[in-house]
Amino acid sequence: MLKLEQLAWNLPDGREFIKDLSLTIESGKLVVVTGPNGGGKTTLAKLIAGIEVPLSGHIWLDNEDITKADVTARSGKGIAYAFQQPVRFKGLTVRDLLELAAGDKLEEQELCSLLGKVGLCPEEYMDREMNAALSGGESKRIEIATVLARGAKLSVFDEPEAGIDLWSFARLVETFEELRESVDGTLLIISHQERILSIADEIVVIADGQVRTAGQRQEVLPSLLSDERAVRCPLGKEELCLE
Amino acid sequence: MNKITDELLRIVSDFKGKFQGAYNIRENGGCAGRQSTKNIQIESKKDAPGLVIRILPDAKGETVYIPACVTHGDVDDLVYNDFYVGENADVVIIAGCGVQTDDGHDARHNGIHRFYLEKGAHVIYREKHIGTGGGKGLRRIDPVTDVTLGEDSTLEMDTIQLGGVDSTLRKTNAVLAARARFIVRERIMTTGKQTAQTDFEVTLESEDSGVDLVSRSVAKGESYQEFNSCIRGINRCTGHSECDAILADNGSVNAIPALLASHVDAALIHEAAIGKIAGEQILKLQTLGLTEEQAEEKIISGFLK
Repeated sequence: MLKLEQLAWNLPDGREFIKDLSLTIESGKLVVVTGPNGGGKTTLAKLIAGIEVPLSGHIWLDNEDITKADVTARSGKGIAYAFQQPVRFKGLTVRDLLELAAGDKLEEQELCSLLGKVGLCPEEYMDREMNAALSGGESKRIEIATVLARGAKLSVFDEPEAGIDLWSFARLVETFEELRESVDGTLLIISHQERILSIADEIVVIADGQVRTAGQRQEVLPSLLSDERAVRCPLGKEELCLE
Repeated sequence: MNKITDELLRIVSDFKGKFQGAYNIRENGGCAGRQSTKNIQIESKKDAPGLVIRILPDAKGETVYIPACVTHGDVDDLVYNDFYVGENADVVIIAGCGVQTDDGHDARHNGIHRFYLEKGAHVIYREKHIGTGGGKGLRRIDPVTDVTLGEDSTLEMDTIQLGGVDSTLRKTNAVLAARARFIVRERIMTTGKQTAQTDFEVTLESEDSGVDLVSRSVAKGESYQEFNSCIRGINRCTGHSECDAILADNGSVNAIPALLASHVDAALIHEAAIGKIAGEQILKLQTLGLTEEQAEEKIISGFLK
């Protein structure tokens, strides 16, 4: 179980951004975090991964306070994170990265399986460098595959759909569904895509640095789709957004 | 062959107690072993220290080893090795160099290698350099590589300085005939107060010749590296040079590329990037379980792989 308790985080210029954010995510769930751009979703994901450090509040993973644990320590405790913007490396191949993620050498079959899950043809990609020769969509899919290779307790995906073509996206949605069925871990996906929202167990709406709504998909999704204003407008200032 | 040579050979030339095929082992300026094969003849030069290596036309699938080691100080080894590669031959040449000094005196190896590739020949040339030992004596390796590529021939040069070399000046000159290809992958690591200078001069003399030159370097400590490349396109040709460098600590790199085109269909490109390791690269590897130090090491080893 992941528990975020009264998290606060400020922008580099000192402005408040994440404000008193509390959230509990039960193990084994597929949770989609959504909300307007600039609302705090990616920051939330980085706080969970340890890339950003909260000003105050606590982060608990399975009843252990991990607030002070750094990125490496959190990885060791079972948190994996797929960056929104994939990182490129000159000299490291796709195989290198996937083996680092898995913590061991991978058989060809295992590499094929991982790359196949993100819609890539394994033979073409295994030994390619993770450099600028890969397109944005290709890099993004490999980024997602590194998280799949971790087999983590909590896998966080930041906008996995960004830059991915329709066909690969469909395969990715299937992969998330398969993961939910086949692994014990929790999937936390930041997304704006209705197709991803529609496979969630739970949906969390983040806006203006706070949790606007959180609940079962069946409860949250209909109102989310019908009342865009409630998501888009600052908390407590919905009247300002009236036409 | 002494024990240090044995150890250095294992590092620089894939030595596993013996070589298969043609080889010549140079130790402190002398010959510590030699073998020719039916297709690859190795002989001493008559007029200077060094070797003449003749690879017969159509020789395929063979490897020739010509490593050189200096195992103590007060040695300044100079050698001229000439390679004549016959038409349509396809071989691998491994020419590592290890220099060790522990006795406070300088140790230097200066290998001048000249390659003459006949029409259609293909050579993969691998060169690893390392300096080992302690004390105040400097370890220097100053290779010169002169390349003459005949029509439709290809030389793939893969060269790496693993570390421990206090000073190196590496000069490579190439002249390409029609449809010849020169492919270079150079990697250099310097630390402490080491210096490395690498100079490339490539002349794309004839139609449809091409060069692809990629140099990657890591400069740590107070070390200094200089990359000079000059590609001359005097016919319809393609040329690409790329210099990527990672800086750490107070290391510095000076990249000075030059492209000279004197034909309207000469297509020449240069790319250069110098900087520290990107923070996001370290963070990404940390999310995969590596510590910051392990991540940095992995990024550098991958970069120089």
